[in-house]
Amino acid sequence: MSIQQLYSEAQQLSTAKLRDDIVQRLYERSHRLCREGIKYTESRRDTRTEKLDAIFTSPIFGFPIMLTMLGVLFYLTIAGANIPSSMLAEFFGSLEIYLSAFFTFIQAPDWVHGVLVLGLYRGTTWVISVMLPPMAIFFPTFALLENYGYLPRVAFNMDRLFKRVGAHGKQSLTMAMGFGCNAAAVISTRIIESPRERMLAILTNNFVPCNGRWGTLIVLASLFMAANFTGGLKSLVTTGVIVGIVMFGIIVTFFVSWVLSKTALKGVPTHYTLELPPYRKPKIFDTVVRSSLTKSWSVLMRAVKVAAPAAILTWVFANIFIGDTSILMYAVEFLDPFGKLLGLDGYIMMAFILGLPANEIVLPILLMGYLSTGSLTEVDSLVDLKQIFLDHGWTWLTALNMMLFSLLHYPCGTTLLNIYKETKSKKWTFLAFLIPTVIAILVPLIITQTVRFFGWL
Amino acid sequence: MGNSYRVALAGNPNTGKSTLFNALTGLRQHTGNWAGKTVSLAQGNVLYKDKTFNLIDLPGTYSLFSNSNDEEVARNYIVFEKPDVTVVVLDATSLERNFNLALQVLEMTKNVIICINLIDVAEKQGININERILTNRLGVPVIKISARNKKGFPMLLDTIDRIVTGAIECVPVQTTYPDDIEEQIKNIEPKVSELIGNRLSARWVSLRLLDGDEKLLNEISKRFGQKEGSE
Amino acid sequence: MSIPKIIKLVNGEKGNLIRITSLNLDGVMRRRLLDLGFVAGAIVEVIRKSPLGDPIAFRVSQTTIALRKEESSRIEGVLMTDGE
Ligand SMILES: Nc1nc2c(ncn2[C@@H]2O[C@H](COP(=O)(O)OP(=O)(O)OP(=O)(O)O)[C@@H](O)[C@H]2O)c(=O)[nH]1
Ligand SMILES: [Mg+2]
Repeated sequence: MSIQQLYSEAQQLSTAKLRDDIVQRLYERSHRLCREGIKYTESRRDTRTEKLDAIFTSPIFGFPIMLTMLGVLFYLTIAGANIPSSMLAEFFGSLEIYLSAFFTFIQAPDWVHGVLVLGLYRGTTWVISVMLPPMAIFFPTFALLENYGYLPRVAFNMDRLFKRVGAHGKQSLTMAMGFGCNAAAVISTRIIESPRERMLAILTNNFVPCNGRWGTLIVLASLFMAANFTGGLKSLVTTGVIVGIVMFGIIVTFFVSWVLSKTALKGVPTHYTLELPPYRKPKIFDTVVRSSLTKSWSVLMRAVKVAAPAAILTWVFANIFIGDTSILMYAVEFLDPFGKLLGLDGYIMMAFILGLPANEIVLPILLMGYLSTGSLTEVDSLVDLKQIFLDHGWTWLTALNMMLFSLLHYPCGTTLLNIYKETKSKKWTFLAFLIPTVIAILVPLIITQTVRFFGWL
Repeated sequence: MGNSYRVALAGNPNTGKSTLFNALTGLRQHTGNWAGKTVSLAQGNVLYKDKTFNLIDLPGTYSLFSNSNDEEVARNYIVFEKPDVTVVVLDATSLERNFNLALQVLEMTKNVIICINLIDVAEKQGININERILTNRLGVPVIKISARNKKGFPMLLDTIDRIVTGAIECVPVQTTYPDDIEEQIKNIEPKVSELIGNRLSARWVSLRLLDGDEKLLNEISKRFGQKEGSE
Repeated sequence: MSIPKIIKLVNGEKGNLIRITSLNLDGVMRRRLLDLGFVAGAIVEVIRKSPLGDPIAFRVSQTTIALRKEESSRIEGVLMTDGE
């Protein structure tokens, strides 16, 4: 007899309410165990959780608090990362002088110095100085919030909105994971029981900017949007811009979910249960150490591993000439008309294409591209950085478009790989690539053409 | 090799499995105060006396009747990979719900430790747990710990050790169901054990056949399918 | 005393205690709710509504679980008066 036959036999014996009876009996026993084995001496209520929930999920304060939390989180990250970032950049910059001197001393050929110092060293150290400080602040702060128990409250508050667009309330949880890393967030969508809603969560996760993209977002926002401010105010304005960008990403998420649940992923929302655990004070030291050291380190290592070859490749392309034009310039010139249409340029397009393996390397590649053609200035402060951009015809519109493109464009290679592993479908993986790409092209296109039409610039 | 044992950490979501795993192995699984933080398996070793315990941190699950993919990962591990010891981690502040899963695990496998976590919080809330009575009623060791404050670990490790050496024998007290269900179980249990031998608990599989867990059924056919022909 | 008043969970007011009598759901959702402790006879307390009115959080088997109105409108129980 096969198991299938046994199954149908069992099903004939079984009644509809059998499952209910089984679970009910389990609960009765569990009840009895609690009665016999446990004494509840004081009042059984956890009043602290109740009081906090009255605030965090309050009809009046619930949403403002969520927005404030997001803002504070980013403000801490941006304001706190500012000084360490420039210190790191300065440090690596001064080290580069010695490195170059060393290469001259051993009379290394120019190309060796080029590949190793101007390519490898610069590329990787930029990734480190732009990425490491924000990560080292964001990860532990977020982890504390997460271990305290705030995330499920966000899911509780936001659920109605997700339901409206046909998605699952737990998508707020997977989106929150996306701030750390989209690739990990795609795996975390396993908590969403229904396949349809899970697919929505996977396809739209990318609209949450992962830490690999903040470097770009923060640098551009503070250079171009908050340029006229100084000190604390500057960080505040930058935070405002970043929060705005994140909000825009959330709106796009809702919109795409809504369109998909009316078209390719039709259906009604199903299976929703969300547990709201009591607030628990996290073990601060452990949590901070775990998230800042381990997580920042592993994410950074991954970025550096990708940045190293990409940086070398970029340098090589920029220095191999066919006729009197480098390979890099051929590519840039080819992409330029399209880039210009979106208010970007050929360098930016190329940086995003080469940045497919990891978003962290987009900005470094872009800078290397610019530096390889313009006058070779030393970049050791953000002011110089801005000058490089201005030399290549940047305006606030270029910055805005690049930020939007970064927010909306296709997921990184690792994320795509995880999407394929989780969905086991080439079609959906391709759509996960296509949908964001189309949106990333349309949005800057519309903005640029509008601005130009009205002559605002 | 012969001294290495697999110890699975199972339990409801958000009961501190990953916290316990980290504290014991020194590894750094991510934790979070929400149901569903861990969604895939993680492994790490603990050296104890002359043995190696290979700890497996499982995603949390409300029941062995899996509903979502992460729960299925946990369920399949407990059911099919047959760890040497299954530690069910319970939240001391919501034992009523947590026992539901623990009782299901007891139906399925023998070497189980009921590990009541968050005992620090429970004490603050005036919840007094008498582990002797519970041990008595359940037939397996019940241990109180606080994973966060690293309390109760020696006892836990020692109990794991004594189970794998056979110094303690676990005799889970089975849940009895209403008569009609027991009747049905009696009806098909012999056939089930004929088919699957002692690879799984026949009583538990019978129950799942009766309540119609198709996902489990498919998993069984997939895993035991090939061997069926030769038997 | 008067006849017991049967209400749907979704119609419970904050603080109400409801003893579950029936679940009018099938399939996976029914199983999930059972596993969470929404079994006949269990006592559920209405904790709070989400800022936008839905979902609603309930206290059941010593944990807090939020349900959308699609589900909570299919669970019925006896409204227990205070002091019972
Ligand atoms: N007070 C206290 N808190 C604890 C204890 N153990 C765990 N926690 C907290 O409980 C929360 C959940 O811990 P995790 O280890 O992530 O739980 P888990 O069982 O792995 O959860 P899932 O992966 O979602 O199944 C975290 O916020 C921990 O800080 C404890 O013994 N005492
Ligand atoms: Mg875990």
